[in-house]
Amino acid sequence: MSLVTADNLEKTYQIGEITVKAIRGVNFSIEQASFVSFVGPSGSGKSTLLNMIGCLDPPTGGSLHVADQNIARLNRKQAARFRGEHIGFVFQDFNLIPVLTVFENVEYPLLMVQNWPEQKRKKQVNDLLEAVGMGDQANKYPGQISGGQKQRTAVARALVTNAKLVLADEPTANLDGETASRIINLMKKMRDELDTTFIFSTHDPRVMRNAEIIFTLEDGKLLQKNNGGAHV
Amino acid sequence: MFNIIKIAARNLRRYQRRTILTSALITLGVVAVLLFISVTGSFKDMMVGQITDSMLGHLQIHRRGYLASIDNLPLDRNLNERQVAKVKNVLSNVDTVESFSMRIKLGAMFSNFTETTNIRLNAVIPEQEVKTVPLLQDRIIEGQKEDVLLQKGEILIPELIAKGMKVKVGDSIVLVANNKDGSVNGKTFVVGGVLEGISGPGGRDGVIHLNDARELLRIDGVEISEIAIRLKSMDDLPPVFSRLKAELATIKDKQDKPVFELHTWEKLTPFYNIAQMIDLMTFFIKVMLVAIVLVSIMNVMIMAVYERINEIGTISAIGTLPGKIMALFVTEGFLLGVLGTVVGTIISLISIAAVNAAEITFNFGRQSDLLLAPVIGQGDVITIGLIVIGISVLASLQPAFKAARMDPITALRHV
Repeated sequence: MSLVTADNLEKTYQIGEITVKAIRGVNFSIEQASFVSFVGPSGSGKSTLLNMIGCLDPPTGGSLHVADQNIARLNRKQAARFRGEHIGFVFQDFNLIPVLTVFENVEYPLLMVQNWPEQKRKKQVNDLLEAVGMGDQANKYPGQISGGQKQRTAVARALVTNAKLVLADEPTANLDGETASRIINLMKKMRDELDTTFIFSTHDPRVMRNAEIIFTLEDGKLLQKNNGGAHV
Repeated sequence: MFNIIKIAARNLRRYQRRTILTSALITLGVVAVLLFISVTGSFKDMMVGQITDSMLGHLQIHRRGYLASIDNLPLDRNLNERQVAKVKNVLSNVDTVESFSMRIKLGAMFSNFTETTNIRLNAVIPEQEVKTVPLLQDRIIEGQKEDVLLQKGEILIPELIAKGMKVKVGDSIVLVANNKDGSVNGKTFVVGGVLEGISGPGGRDGVIHLNDARELLRIDGVEISEIAIRLKSMDDLPPVFSRLKAELATIKDKQDKPVFELHTWEKLTPFYNIAQMIDLMTFFIKVMLVAIVLVSIMNVMIMAVYERINEIGTISAIGTLPGKIMALFVTEGFLLGVLGTVVGTIISLISIAAVNAAEITFNFGRQSDLLLAPVIGQGDVITIGLIVIGISVLASLQPAFKAARMDPITALRHV
C-alpha cells in the first residue's frame, strides 16, 4: 500500500504576468517505511514537491494522495489538521521555538496540536528524547545547544506524534559532515524502529548515499527513480 | 489555554526591553487616569457634598415661577398651608426621602445700631434643617452649639457681614424687612453664630428661626418659600425625581397648571457645570489612555509578528491551527495590557495614599484650606482596567489575524 501517490502532478505559479511551471506532470508512489530522497539542482522543484506532499502548498494539476487523502481537496484548516496528525517536518534551519526548552519543543505538537493527556505526553516526549540522544539536554533552550543537537530535537519533534511521514528539506545543509551522518543514521534508526517514512530533498551526497530510493528532478520533471546506496 | 499563556509570557520575556517600555507606557497612562479621576472625583464629590449637605439638599420644591424670581426673594410666591400639606403628603409616601426642611427665604436690612447693610436670610425649623443639610452646623465657625442649630430669637450671620459690620456672637442686631403687603417691620436678634461662606447660591445667607421670620413678616398661618429634600442615598436621585415630578404634576391650580416646580441640586447651582466639565475632561483623559494603549500595543504586536514570521511558519507547518496562532498573539497583547494595568493600579493606589498622607490643602473660590483627599472607587479601577485590557486585546487582533492568515511556505522562507 502506497503512503504517497502522485498522478500527473503539476504545480504552476503565477508571478505577475509570468507563469512558472514548477512541477510538470510528475508520477511516483512511495511505500510506507521508505527512506526516500528527492535530488536535483536548485530550481528543479524538490522543495515545491516536498511542500505539496506536506500539504503546505496545494497542487494546481493532477492528484496527490498522502495517507489515502487527496490533499488537493483540503482547505487551509483541514490541511493544518492533516499535517498535525500525519506529517512531521525537519527543517534545514532546525526551526525550534526559541522560548521553549528542548523538552517543550518536542512536546509542542502533542500539546498545541494533538492535545495528548499529560502523563502519556510526557512519556512519549521522554522516550523520543532518549531515542535521539537528547534525554540529558531536555531542560536546555535551543540557544544553549549545538546545531546537531538542535536537529536531533527537530527529528524528535517530527516523530513525536507518531507521524506516518517525515519530510526533511535539506536536513543536513547546516551541519558538519560528522553531525550530518549522525543525523541521517538517527533518522534511519527511527525509521527502522517506528516504520515512519522519511522523504528528503537534498544536495548532500551523504544523504543521497543513505537513501534507499532516489528520485531525480530537473526543471520540474521526474527524470529517474533509482535505488539509492542503502537498499532495504 | 495555560500553554498559550505560558508561551505568550515567554515571548514577552524574550523581548524584555520592548515589553518593559510598552508596559511602562501603559502604566503611565493608567496612573495618569486613575490619579486624575481620584483627585477630580474627590474634589467634585466634596463640592457636591458641601453644596447639597450644607445648603441645597438633594431636591427642592417651590411654587411654580418662584425660581425664576429667586434673586428678588419674592414673598408673594410662597406656598400656602394647603399646598404645603399636599407636598408633605406626597413626601411622606416616598421611602427614600430621609428628611425635608421648610424654609422662608427673605431679604432684610441688617443693622448693628451704627451701620446697616442688606442680608439674605433662610428662615428654618432648626431640627428639620439639621436633618436635611447636616453639614450646615459644621459651617458655624463661631458660636457652634452641640445640641441645636439656633434658638428662637437668634441669628446665624455670614462671616463676611460679621467681619464687615464688626459683629460678634452674643451681640444684638436688628433686622428690618418688608412683608408681602409692603409694610415694614423690625425685630431684634442675638447673634447666635457666624457661618462660613461657601461657593454657590445661598452660600452667604444668614439663618433665623422660621417662627421669627413669621413674626418679622407678620405671616399668619403657614407660608413657605421652598422645601429642601434630603434622600437616603444620592443614587436614588433620578428615580425619586421622576416619581415626585410625576406626582406633583397632578396637583394643578385653577388655570389647570401645575402648582409646584421640582428641581434637583444640579439645576440649582452653577457648580453643576464645573462638575460636568470635570466629567468631560475625565472622558478625554480616558480617550487619550485608549489611544496610548491602542498605538503602543498595536505597534509592539506588529513588530512581534514581523520578527517571528519564520516561527509562525514553523508552528503552522507542524499543524497549529490558525485560531491557536491568533490566540498566541492576542494573549501577548492581553498580557501586556494586564501587566500595565496591574502595575499602574498599584502605583496609583500608592500615590493616592501618599497624597492623602501628605494632607495637601487647596483654595477654591472664597474657600481656603480645603483638604485634597483623593479616593478611587473599586468601580473606576475595574472600569479603567477593563478598558485597557480590552483595548490591548483589540489592538492585538489585526497583527494576530495577520499571523494566523500567513502562508506557511512564505513564512518559512522569510529570513
